[in-house]
Amino acid sequence: MTSLFSKFDGTASALGALVQAGGRNPFAVVIEKPISSTVGVIEGRETLLFGTNNYLGLSQSERAIKAAQDAVGKYGVGTTGSRIANGTQSLHRQLEQRIAAYFGRRDAMVFSTGYQANLGMISTLVGKDDYLILDADSHASIYDGSRLSPAQVIRFRHNDAEDLHKRLKRLDGTPGAKLIVVEGIYSMTGNVAPIAEMAAVKRETGAYLLVDEAHSFGVMGEKGLGVAEEAGVEADVDFVVGTFSKSLGTVGGYCVSDHPELEMVRLNCRPYMFTASLPPEVIAATMAALEDMQEHPELRTHLMANAAHLHAGFHRIGLNASRQVSPVIAVTLESLEQAIPMWNRLLDLGVYVNLSLPPATPDHRPLLRCSVMATHTPAQIDQAIEIFRQAGLESGAIAESAL
Amino acid sequence: MSETVESVSALIIQKLLANPKVPRDIDGNCKIMEDLAFDSLAVMNFVMEVEDTLDVSVPLDKLADIRTINDLATCIVDLKNKG
Ligand SMILES: Cc1ncc(COP(=O)(O)O)c(C=O)c1O
Repeated sequence: MTSLFSKFDGTASALGALVQAGGRNPFAVVIEKPISSTVGVIEGRETLLFGTNNYLGLSQSERAIKAAQDAVGKYGVGTTGSRIANGTQSLHRQLEQRIAAYFGRRDAMVFSTGYQANLGMISTLVGKDDYLILDADSHASIYDGSRLSPAQVIRFRHNDAEDLHKRLKRLDGTPGAKLIVVEGIYSMTGNVAPIAEMAAVKRETGAYLLVDEAHSFGVMGEKGLGVAEEAGVEADVDFVVGTFSKSLGTVGGYCVSDHPELEMVRLNCRPYMFTASLPPEVIAATMAALEDMQEHPELRTHLMANAAHLHAGFHRIGLNASRQVSPVIAVTLESLEQAIPMWNRLLDLGVYVNLSLPPATPDHRPLLRCSVMATHTPAQIDQAIEIFRQAGLESGAIAESAL
Repeated sequence: MSETVESVSALIIQKLLANPKVPRDIDGNCKIMEDLAFDSLAVMNFVMEVEDTLDVSVPLDKLADIRTINDLATCIVDLKNKG
């Protein structure tokens, strides 16, 4: 009889090799205790966190912690139901109204995660004769949404508005609506979408546009609304999808839109309907974190200054780091033989970053995904750069001659 | 349209052979993932190149049914005749 599990043989041997080469399972790191937003205890040692999505440090917001504690006392710990049944409390509607108001949009839908927000919106908006036009480097939640939808799915080259245009032009004359899906900041590489160019293509071709601002909300734009605000093309975006699990430091997803039909999406969207709603303490903490974000625009200034600091440092020490400055900075390595020892050495020396391996990386080379926070101090960033230099030299990722 | 399954299949093989990792003895009956050791991402990226040469878009849902080089050629010829 065939084993149910033989399909995992490849993963098991790849993981075995990884652990053998580096001494640790990179996908089983445990943060034993957070000390602050920027420091956590890993393997008993205080470790600098440079691989989270906690861009503004709000996972440790005092206001959010207090709000969560109060909400638990008042409302209990969970809702035990779907948003369309017993899972909508006044807090849920309040959060939707606040998110919509902050974006200056008609309404918002709050989902239990950002993954479900993409899954739900993408699978529900496009029907059988419609077309989904996706950036080739889209997040798994976008690809999974496309698989759940009956629409025809077409990929265009990553961040290439001309290629998007060409592929939409090929569809000229076909019946069915077209929905373009792009991200604001790409989570693995830190690449920023050329959203003004994408918006122009959208206008010219009469398509709809959905932008996943998961990593750009709270990070880009004057109010922190993301790349569309930064580029001045918010009016061209039909649907903004986002998450509370990054800059706001909690958990949950949302979609905001001016289309009044959003109300009908609620009643057709399986990942919204067939799962329990967020617990009250998460909703309360999210609203508090949103207030922090609105009242402290300087968090974004610090974040960008820190991003520029780390970016310049990486380039100075000769690492192959992202070209664009963004809070996500990817260091590309040539081989697993460099990446595995380097990632392990960084952790030995007290810096945690994310290890990303092919085929999950865009160009089949391994990446160290680094992210900065508004709450990192200049001294912490300098310390991280020094540790990268040491680990880079030891693993061969930095050539001696480059220094 | 002038393309036939044979001509498109030949073009696909020619493009594949430009990649030094691809075995030299491939033909239209080769299974793209199994015989050429392409993962799903590599298949999608390769199809994008073919799309550009032939000015056609192959929806991802159609890719699910494609196993061999000839399957891909047949699918592309169908799409071109429809358009
Ligand atoms: C681009 C993008 N979209 C959506 C998500 C999903 O967010 P969440 O963590 O809320 O499920 C993520 C994070 O994993 C992401 O990177």
